[in-house]
Amino acid sequence: MKKQLVIIGGGPAGLAAAVAAYDAGVRDMVVIEREEKAGGILKQCIHNGFGLTRFKESMTGPEYAQRFLDEVNARGIEIMTNTFVTGLGTDKKVTCMNESGVFTLEAGAVILAMGCRERSKGALNIAGTRPAGLFSAGTAQKYVNIYGYLPGKRVVILGSGDIGLIMARRMTLEGAKVECVCEIMEHSSGLRRNIAQCLDDFCIPLYLEHTIVEIKGKERVESVVIAQVDKEKQPIPGTEREIPCDTVLFSVGLIPENELTKETGLALDPHTKGCFVDENRETDVSGIFACGNVLHVHDLVDFVSEEAEVAGRAAAEYLINGDSEHVYIPTVAGENVGYVLPQRAGKGKDIKLYFRVRSAFRNAVIRVEAGEMVKTYKRIAVAPGEMENITIKAADFADAQSIRVSVTREA
Amino acid sequence: MKVNFDVAVVGGGVIGALAARELKKFDLSVVVLESAADVAAGASKANSGIVHAGFDAVPGTLKAKYNVIGNAMMEQTCRELGVKYIRNGSLVVARTCEEEGILPELLFRGRQNGVKGLKIMLREQLAEEEPHIADGIAAALYAPTGGIVCPYGLTIAAMGNAMDNGAELLCGFTVVGAVKTGTGWQLVSADGHELTARIVVNCAGAGAEQVAGLFGDTFFRIGFRRGEYMLLDKSVGTYAKHTVFSVPTKAGKGVLVTPTVDGNLLVGPTSVEEDEYTTATRRAAFSELRQKASAMLKEIPFGQVITSFAGERSYSDRHDFILEWGKPGVFHAAGIESPGLTSSPAIAEHIAEQVAKALGAKKNGDFVPVRRSMHWFKDLSAEEKNRVIAQDAAYGHIVCRCEEVTLGEIYEAMRSNPPARTLDGIKLRTRAGMGRCQSGFCQPSVLHELMTEFGMAAEEITKNGGDSRIIVGGEL
Repeated sequence: MKKQLVIIGGGPAGLAAAVAAYDAGVRDMVVIEREEKAGGILKQCIHNGFGLTRFKESMTGPEYAQRFLDEVNARGIEIMTNTFVTGLGTDKKVTCMNESGVFTLEAGAVILAMGCRERSKGALNIAGTRPAGLFSAGTAQKYVNIYGYLPGKRVVILGSGDIGLIMARRMTLEGAKVECVCEIMEHSSGLRRNIAQCLDDFCIPLYLEHTIVEIKGKERVESVVIAQVDKEKQPIPGTEREIPCDTVLFSVGLIPENELTKETGLALDPHTKGCFVDENRETDVSGIFACGNVLHVHDLVDFVSEEAEVAGRAAAEYLINGDSEHVYIPTVAGENVGYVLPQRAGKGKDIKLYFRVRSAFRNAVIRVEAGEMVKTYKRIAVAPGEMENITIKAADFADAQSIRVSVTREA
Repeated sequence: MKVNFDVAVVGGGVIGALAARELKKFDLSVVVLESAADVAAGASKANSGIVHAGFDAVPGTLKAKYNVIGNAMMEQTCRELGVKYIRNGSLVVARTCEEEGILPELLFRGRQNGVKGLKIMLREQLAEEEPHIADGIAAALYAPTGGIVCPYGLTIAAMGNAMDNGAELLCGFTVVGAVKTGTGWQLVSADGHELTARIVVNCAGAGAEQVAGLFGDTFFRIGFRRGEYMLLDKSVGTYAKHTVFSVPTKAGKGVLVTPTVDGNLLVGPTSVEEDEYTTATRRAAFSELRQKASAMLKEIPFGQVITSFAGERSYSDRHDFILEWGKPGVFHAAGIESPGLTSSPAIAEHIAEQVAKALGAKKNGDFVPVRRSMHWFKDLSAEEKNRVIAQDAAYGHIVCRCEEVTLGEIYEAMRSNPPARTLDGIKLRTRAGMGRCQSGFCQPSVLHELMTEFGMAAEEITKNGGDSRIIVGGEL
């Protein structure tokens, strides 16, 4: 079967990309969704705070997803649910499977929007036993919000990612006692507002530079041993403390889910763990685009939607007018910057650069250098948990060989 | 429930399960008594999964004898049972000239044991065969008959085939008492169940000394040696092609690096003497494993670790297998440490022969050695997948995205012998939850399927039996 546009993933990125592509003129398209319903992880994010940037109103996750789903449905865009993509070729052949069998879609263009997954406890090499009661924060969230089961009553959370912070509040509201959140870094990887609203408001302690060094319990978790860590993130002897609990939640990072992409053979950026893309979110294979958390992990879904619309419009442009000529220059992550996205910028168009800082500090100065041009922007505070963005005018980097972003403390 | 059996096998590990299968080749009623919630709950679940060539065991020992016979039997056993088995070959790499000097000794010993095809490889060829071999390695012993197998897959399939042929399995049956009767033994479980057997086979692994004691047999002791492992993601599963060992020492075969039959990379085990049975991992183990493995293969991508675990290896004070009669009607298969997995088909055959002879049992003409294989759906061709889905749409529905396990396979695991009733049970049979996300996405769905299949409440579903409940905070 031929399809002009195949969008892999029906979460916030896939839905926004579909709407944007439709509005730019594409009609023959399908969104492939592996779950029973579209909406992605937003379905289980029943807390509010979504949409503040984009819609200037506070919505729950399902409300935010529904707004895009309504737009998709209003346009009559097909969403194929309960369908799993098992293969993607650089020839843009998409192999799918569902209850009707295995089939191949020959696509004119493909948008990757598979989202991300949580880093598992297993990757951490924590000593001790492997009892029941160890969950990634998102799994616990699914149990509580989708199934209506409270996994445990006495909880320790490792990692201060946003899902962990949200679940600290959620478990507390459902009657569990959250003993503490341990964060191995000297700063949280979550949003500052989540630390205030999910921990501080409920008097849940956040132990920075702490980690779990041992898990105890034969059948169900009985306790964890936590310890302070030194600059090399090694536990400091003598700081160990045993905390009784029946549940441990892990919120230790998100990883773009690019297994399919790897099999396709697309180039991946080791920093973002997503594809290398240009300002159109086009990968190194023309006609294959990527957006949302499969490209890089976002802090706010509002930015996912924005990025997906860029990809959706660009895919439509590619399908309607064909590949355009580009002159690219690389974007460079300078001092204190973890990565800059897109990794390359096409000349002739304004470009919005997204980036994350490596560590948290106040009174920051963002410095953008492109050839002769040097611009600085002040920020009261920056943190790795929060994505920053700066827009550069096309004229400002017309003659540059690269665009470099760095962040320093104000002198 | 039937309470009188010809043979009771105590322990549902790989030895007990294969023994039950071999016993069903005779006209005997067989029950397997497993204290845990599922088979393969002890060492059979957590070991290296290596089919050893047999050059390591001291000539003349039972280990040497059954290793070589078991190695030769493994391929057919796995084929009949539908278990993944790959003859990938083993390499023993020498890190120093002293170690290089030991390689010919191993070769001679292997030849004496009857191991075929052994040869010494020098660096040039070695680097070709195993591209990531560490720079300091000058030579290696190559054993083409070395292989890998899924140890819990073998146990589950053997038990399933035994059950398909009429054997019974009682999980949660901890034998705490044994009374001699006129015709055999009466066995009592911790929760008060009783049954009788004319012959009892002790395959209790870590509990073998304790079980033997119930019958008044105290002629061996069991010690524990903990082995810790790190398992790496499939994306680096081919980093080693062969099973790479270092030169063995008194403490055992040492740390190895091997691909697994499921395509992961396994590094381990450590070797820690224990007074008590424990499967906790130690913090120090991880750096030890990294260091020792790095001496054999360079730049192992340890960033790709997806989980770590420990297995407890039980050994006898003879440091050889114990395969002998104790009190009348009691046969002990104890201290089955490495190469126990390799030897298991041969040990099981020996047990069945001994028991059948003692009972004067005839061959069972109805025995079917082939197990209806689980669908490894992911590995099928598109045409085969479509054929299976056309018959049962549940195979078109993926539950575990990392390992691409379908709902149809989850149903199979709950409905085939021995049925899975726990999350780990589903995981060991289907691989759902065994991938890179370590069950983060699929666990709630699998829990839900277990609830539906067995009519259980969420709070009754366990990870692996006992009080390992997943949901302990109640329904909201």
